[in-house]
Amino acid sequence: MGKVVLVTGAARELGVRFVRRVQREPDVDRVVAVDAVEPVRGLGAASFVRADIRQPSIGTVLAEHAVDTVVHLDAQGAGPEGRAAGRAFAKEINVIGAMQLLGACQKAPAVRRLVIKSTTGVYGSAPRDPTVFDEQTVPGALPASGFAKDAVEVEGYVRGFARRRPDVAVTVLRFAQILGPARESPLAACFAQPVLPTALGHDPRLQFVHDDDAVEALRLAAGEPRAGTVKAGTFNIAGAGVLLLSQCARRLGLLTVPVPLPALRWGGGVLRRAGALELSAEQLRLLTHGRVVSTVRAREVLGFTPRRSTQETLAAFARERGAGPLPPGLLGGAVDRAAAVLAGARVRPPHRQEAERND
Amino acid sequence: MTDAKVIPFGDDEGRPRAASTDRGARPRHRPSAGGRDPRRGGPPLSSVPEQRSEADALPPGRDAEQQGPGRQETGRQEPGQGGLLGRVLGDAWDARAARGLAFLRRRLTGEYEVDEFGYDEELTDQVLMSLLRPVYEKYFRVEVRGLEHIPSAGAALVVANHSGTLPLDGLMLQVAVHDHHPAQRRLRLLGADLVFSLPVVNEVARKAGHTLACAEDAQALLTRGEVVGVMPEGFKGLGKPFADRYRLQRFGRGGFVATALRTGAPIVPCSIVGAEEIYPMVGNSRTLARLFGLPYFPLTPTFPWLGALGAVPLPTKWTIQFGEPLATDAYAPEAAEDPMLMFQLTDQVRETIQHTLYKLLVRRRSVFF
Repeated sequence: MGKVVLVTGAARELGVRFVRRVQREPDVDRVVAVDAVEPVRGLGAASFVRADIRQPSIGTVLAEHAVDTVVHLDAQGAGPEGRAAGRAFAKEINVIGAMQLLGACQKAPAVRRLVIKSTTGVYGSAPRDPTVFDEQTVPGALPASGFAKDAVEVEGYVRGFARRRPDVAVTVLRFAQILGPARESPLAACFAQPVLPTALGHDPRLQFVHDDDAVEALRLAAGEPRAGTVKAGTFNIAGAGVLLLSQCARRLGLLTVPVPLPALRWGGGVLRRAGALELSAEQLRLLTHGRVVSTVRAREVLGFTPRRSTQETLAAFARERGAGPLPPGLLGGAVDRAAAVLAGARVRPPHRQEAERND
Repeated sequence: MTDAKVIPFGDDEGRPRAASTDRGARPRHRPSAGGRDPRRGGPPLSSVPEQRSEADALPPGRDAEQQGPGRQETGRQEPGQGGLLGRVLGDAWDARAARGLAFLRRRLTGEYEVDEFGYDEELTDQVLMSLLRPVYEKYFRVEVRGLEHIPSAGAALVVANHSGTLPLDGLMLQVAVHDHHPAQRRLRLLGADLVFSLPVVNEVARKAGHTLACAEDAQALLTRGEVVGVMPEGFKGLGKPFADRYRLQRFGRGGFVATALRTGAPIVPCSIVGAEEIYPMVGNSRTLARLFGLPYFPLTPTFPWLGALGAVPLPTKWTIQFGEPLATDAYAPEAAEDPMLMFQLTDQVRETIQHTLYKLLVRRRSVFF
């Protein structure tokens, strides 16, 4: 008998991609996609159930379809466009939704596997923390607000669930900034603007993971473990390598405006309320201090290596997004022309040199 | 005497060291040494004044153009060879300019690599070290000895004394290893958390390969086989009163020994003489320190009375001496959990550095020469 996979947050782009990918798995019988709104595009053969995970009705869905694998993707940085946006709404989905879902899973004996999409934001972003976070690192300062705080709370509830249901294999995937056509990470919106305000005197280290790799990691975690790998546990998922924010801006051709940090905090709040800028306090911290995680455990225990590195993910994003106001090709071309002029000067005929000497 | 005195070692032996005429360029950045050859045989000092005037005569734009990889001194030219540009800028000016433009291109398009600590090796080699080198060679005239105690390959933990109000000693230590180690090792310094909280400072420190002094970072770097530099005295050493100069403070809680034991990296003690006197700290304003959130606020005979001018360090003569490495790989891994052994090894390293400091002080002729 094949598996029945329930996917929450299936209406958003990453959810749709995952649903379409997981139903091609040979051992998957049926995919039940759940969200409170209609999906952005077709879900293929999956059956879509319009349900709000904040309501107890989610338990009925679990029982009705005899779900054995739950993949919880409905965690979001901010209310997506079209909905009653705002942090309060997102927080309710993230925290109350997760609690309700976990409660329903606890009451559903058929559930064998639970996969939670979390974020590396749970490590926070502070100058006093170790440079590279691994899954065991206890950060000095927990995130005080935003999506990351929700994720910390959700992970706490998930640990409680894992204690109460030791028969369920629980996998928490902490994703770095997911960058790609799905625009899952709020940073994607930041990078889509032509001008990027940065904190003066800070050049944070960033890591990205591509949509496809995120979907692949979720699929791997939702499937049966391959020989020599273990699925349960917490794993950091990030592309290999590290990019500085300044490098990202150059490669995307963005115009950076360095602003002193206090002014950026204040001005960012004003602009955010005015709706002119996609830059939450949480992202501001990330774009000030940066964050790098170790992916050794994902590679060795989960058996997952992202296909795209951080650099390749950004390059793919740059291609998809189109060049900013200062495309790297333009600047590089200008330098190349200068080099050509110099090379021309070198092979200048002798009489020109003579004339130059007489000048 | 304005020469940087360098004790020759390894492959540098027997070669006339042209440090004083080098204007910061390093031989290994200079694949085409052709432009230098005519000068080799002649007395190196005689060319200094001419070179200077040539360099000063350059328009600023030109000079900036040279700030690329392998930035070289304006080489001596045979008259009548090459054009005007060639005469002013040296024989291989076009190659240098091309390299400079390639560097500029990589910077403008973001096509360079950093490691997970944010270390930008290219920027450090080409720009940061070039900026620090004149301070190292001309201002403090650092004399470095015992560099062979840093292994040519594999991890090592360099433990040094800390002094001088501002951590210039760490930077000079980095230049010493960068410029003079025969295997061209790179020193990765561990810095206080204050360094990584300050704007600009944290950015430059990360790009120069420094990282936070915590067990995780030190262990990660040592496991990768890097040479890690640590100054366990921390602010206690850096901000101690002038009267206490060359008296080592407590070495933290000896965490560096435990990290070295866990990774099996040898501990290389290092004594730095000269840094104590750059800012004679005669007082400490606790009120101002608290106001600015700093561990101390130095009062020296010139600072803050003369303002920015008072912040110019005194041109003392420095000596950096590396000592015999202390092997740690003979201990069992669980030895890192033994507090008595940790204290004993910490004291041993501390004593070594303190004794070497006294020996160097006895030999020193004067603070400034």
